[in-house]
Amino acid sequence: MKEGYRVSEQYTEEPLVDVFVFEISQQIEQLEKLILTNEEESCYSEDSLNGIFRIMHTIKGSSAMMAYNSISSLAHAMEDLFSYLRENKSENVDCEVLSDLILECIDFMKIEVEKIKNGDQLDGECHSLHERISCFLKCLKNGDSVLDISAYKIIIHFEEDCEMENMRAYSLIHNVSRMANEIHYSPENIESGENSIELIRKNGFIINMKTEAKYEEVNEFFYHSDFIKEFTIDQVSDDKEIESLLSIPETADREVSDICRKEEKTSENKEDHSTSMQQNIISVGVGKLDKLMDLMGELVIAEEMVIQNSDLRNLVLDNFPKAARQLRKITAEMQDMVMSIRMVPLSATFHKMHRLVRDMSKKLSKEINLEIIGEETEVDKKIIEYISDPLMHLVRNAVDHGFECPDEREFEGKNRIGTLTLEAKNTGGDVLIIIKDDGKGLNKSKILEKAKISGLLNKPEEEMLDKEIYNLVFLPGFSTKEDVSEFSGRGVGMDVVTKNIEMVGGTISLVSIENEGTTITLKIPLTLAIIDGMNIKVGNSYYTFPTVLVKEFFKARQQDVIADPDNNEMIMVRGRCYPIIRLYEYYGVENAKTNFDEGIIIMLERDEQIICIFVDELLGQQQVVVKVLPEYIRKLKKIKGLTGCTLLGDGNISLILDITGLISD
Amino acid sequence: MMKKGDDGMSNTVEDLLEMEEDTQKGRFLTFALGKETYGIEIVYVTEIIGIQAITVLPELPEYIKGIINLRGKIIPVMDVRLRFKKEFQEYNDRTCIVVIEINDLSIGLIVDSVSEVLSILDKDIAPPPQLNGQNNKYIKNIGKAGNEVKLLLDCERLLTDNELNDLCEVL
Repeated sequence: MKEGYRVSEQYTEEPLVDVFVFEISQQIEQLEKLILTNEEESCYSEDSLNGIFRIMHTIKGSSAMMAYNSISSLAHAMEDLFSYLRENKSENVDCEVLSDLILECIDFMKIEVEKIKNGDQLDGECHSLHERISCFLKCLKNGDSVLDISAYKIIIHFEEDCEMENMRAYSLIHNVSRMANEIHYSPENIESGENSIELIRKNGFIINMKTEAKYEEVNEFFYHSDFIKEFTIDQVSDDKEIESLLSIPETADREVSDICRKEEKTSENKEDHSTSMQQNIISVGVGKLDKLMDLMGELVIAEEMVIQNSDLRNLVLDNFPKAARQLRKITAEMQDMVMSIRMVPLSATFHKMHRLVRDMSKKLSKEINLEIIGEETEVDKKIIEYISDPLMHLVRNAVDHGFECPDEREFEGKNRIGTLTLEAKNTGGDVLIIIKDDGKGLNKSKILEKAKISGLLNKPEEEMLDKEIYNLVFLPGFSTKEDVSEFSGRGVGMDVVTKNIEMVGGTISLVSIENEGTTITLKIPLTLAIIDGMNIKVGNSYYTFPTVLVKEFFKARQQDVIADPDNNEMIMVRGRCYPIIRLYEYYGVENAKTNFDEGIIIMLERDEQIICIFVDELLGQQQVVVKVLPEYIRKLKKIKGLTGCTLLGDGNISLILDITGLISD
Repeated sequence: MMKKGDDGMSNTVEDLLEMEEDTQKGRFLTFALGKETYGIEIVYVTEIIGIQAITVLPELPEYIKGIINLRGKIIPVMDVRLRFKKEFQEYNDRTCIVVIEINDLSIGLIVDSVSEVLSILDKDIAPPPQLNGQNNKYIKNIGKAGNEVKLLLDCERLLTDNELNDLCEVL
C-alpha cells in the first residue's frame, strides 16, 4: 500500500466463481436446514414451501448464468416440483420420501460445487434424480386427480323376510367401508333404533359414499351381498351434494389446517428475524482476514522493536514512556478487534451434524436425538476448519459404535431414543467441545485385548489405570470393530482426530462408563496467533512460555534438589514435590548454566500438572506473535515440547514451549 | 516440452527457440563445496544471502542446522556438506545461504561459496554415472561448462527424500 489512501487493487478483486461458490453454498445450507426442520415436524408448512421454492429459483438462475447446466437443470426440476406443491397443497404427500429425494439432490449439488472449487470438470450424472423427481410429481398429480373421487348414492332394499334389517345394514356398512374413503348412511341409528328397521323396510337403506373404486366394483360388491333384493347406484357428481353429504369431515379438515397455520405463524416470526439480521452482516474473504492478521502480528513485533530498541537503552527519556504506553494500548485494542473479527460461532459446524446423525441413524436403524448446547460459542475461523473433520469423525463413532439399537436399549432399561449431546463452552483461554452419548460406553477388556494382540501395550495389564486404558483408543491402528463398514472399523480414525486437534494446539480426552455412555472432551486454545509470553534464555538460545502457564519462579539452591534412583531430579516447595527439567539438558543446549545457584527455576502448571524448569535467566514478558515452525521441519519431525516460534524485539528467534510435551516425559 | 536427460540428445533448433522463450530454463546457479562444483536450477532459487545467526532446533538430523529469520519469515537451513556426508567446515564470511523454494516449501542451503549463474545447453547435460555412492540420488544430471564438470542437483529429491534417508542412517 503506497502513500495516500487509494485502495490497492490487489485487495479488491474477487473472482466471479468464488462469489458464486460462496453464495450457492450458503443457499444449499439454508435449503438443507429447511428440509431437516420440516422433516422433524413431518409436514411442509406454506412458508417452508415458499422458502424452498425461492431458493431453488435463485440457484437455478445463478447456476444458469455461470453455465453450470447440470446444477441448473436439477434446480429447475425441483423448482417445478415445489411450485406444484405450493399451489396445490396436496394432502397425500409422503414427506419422508420427498425429504430423501430433495436431500439427494442437495448432495448432488454439493458435489458439483466441490468440483467447481477444485477447478475440476462438472461431469455429474443426475439423470436418475430427474427421473425420480418427475415420477414423484406424476404420482402427486395422480393422487390429486383421484381425489376427485367418485361419489355414489346407493339405495338398497332387503329381501322381505330377512328380519333384522338394521343388522344386515350394519354388516353391509362394515364390509363396504373397506373400499370407501368416506361413507354415510340413512337411517343412521341402525345399531340401536327400533324404528330403523321400519324405515329401511319402507324407504330402503341409503348409503352415500366417496370411493376410489369404479362403478363396476361398487356394483359387484352389492350384487354379491346377501339378503339384498334390489339396489340402485347413482353416481353423484354434483359438487354441492357431495359437500352436503360430507359436511362432517370438513370440520376435521379445518382443525388440521388451523394447526398448520399456527405453526406457520411461529416459523414466520423466526424467518423475519433471520432476514433482518442478514442485512447487518457483510461477508469478507478469508484471505483478507489472514492478511490483516499477519499485518497485525508484524505491527506488534515492530512496536516491540521500537519500544525496546537498544538505541534507547541508556537514554533518559521524559515523554517517551507515556507515548509508548499509549501506542501499546491502541495496538492492543486493535489486536483484540482483529481477533474478534475472525471469530466465528460454532453453530454452522454443529448443525452439519444434524444431517450426519439423521443419515447414519437411518442407515443403521438406530434412533438418535442430537442435542446442541452452546452453539453461539465463538472460535477462530482457522480452528473451525481443523476441528470440523475430527468432530464429524467423533460423531460417527458415537452413532456407529456407541449407540445400541433401540431394542437393545429397551432391554437395558434405557430410553429407545439415544441422546447425543454436542456442547461448547468457553473457559478463559480455551474452548471446550464436549461430545457426550448415553450409549454402551467403552469396553475395557475388549480394548486391552485388542491392544495386546496389536502389540500396543507398553505396560503390564494390571498396572494400567482406567484412564490409560481408554487413551489406548487414540493410538494409530486401533479398532475393536470386528469388520470394516462403510463408516468405520479401519482403525485410522482416532489417530487422525488426535493429530488434527494437536495441530491446533488442543488436547483430547475421554471418559467412559460401561453401559452408561462415553464423553469425549476437546480442549482448544481460543486463538492460535498471539499469546502473552514470558521469554527466557538458556545458553545462547531463547525460549518462550505462555504466561498463563507460569505459576511462580524462584531461585533454588543445589542442596534443595533431591534425586530419585533413576536420577530424576525433584524439588520440595511448600511441602509438595515437583519434578525438575534442566532445559539445557533436555534440548542439548551448549554454554548453559548448570549450577542451580546460578540459574532460575520456573514453575509451570497446565491441567493440574505442575513442573519446574531450570533456565539461565528470565528476559521479560511480551506479547508474542506465534509463528508456526517451517513446514519443512514440521514434515520432518514433531519436536517434543515445541509448538512454534516467535521473533523477539532484537530479531532473534525464540522457540515457544509447550508444557504438555515436556510433562509427558 | 524439452526432453531432459533421457539420452542427452535433443533437437537443437527447438531447444534454442524454447530457451529463448523461457529464460530461466537451462540456467544454473553454481556453488562450491570442497573440490566439487554443484548447480541448482535457477528457477528454484529465490535469494542468496550471507550467513547469519541460526537458531538451533533440537532433535533434528545433523544436517538441519536450525532456522533463521529472513525479514520476518522463518526459514529452515540445511548444511549441504553434512547432507552429502562431507566433513563439516566452520562458517566464514564467504559462506552463503541459498534460499530455494519448491511447491511452497522454503529452505536455505548453506554452501561454502557461490560462483555464478551458468547457461548449460541440453546437449551438454548427461545423466549421472551409476556409482554406488549415496550422494547419487541427489544428482540429477552432469553438466559440462567449458572444460569443467558441474554436478546438477535434483532439488525436489533434496527436499522431500528425508524419511528414506533417516531409515538408511538407522540401518
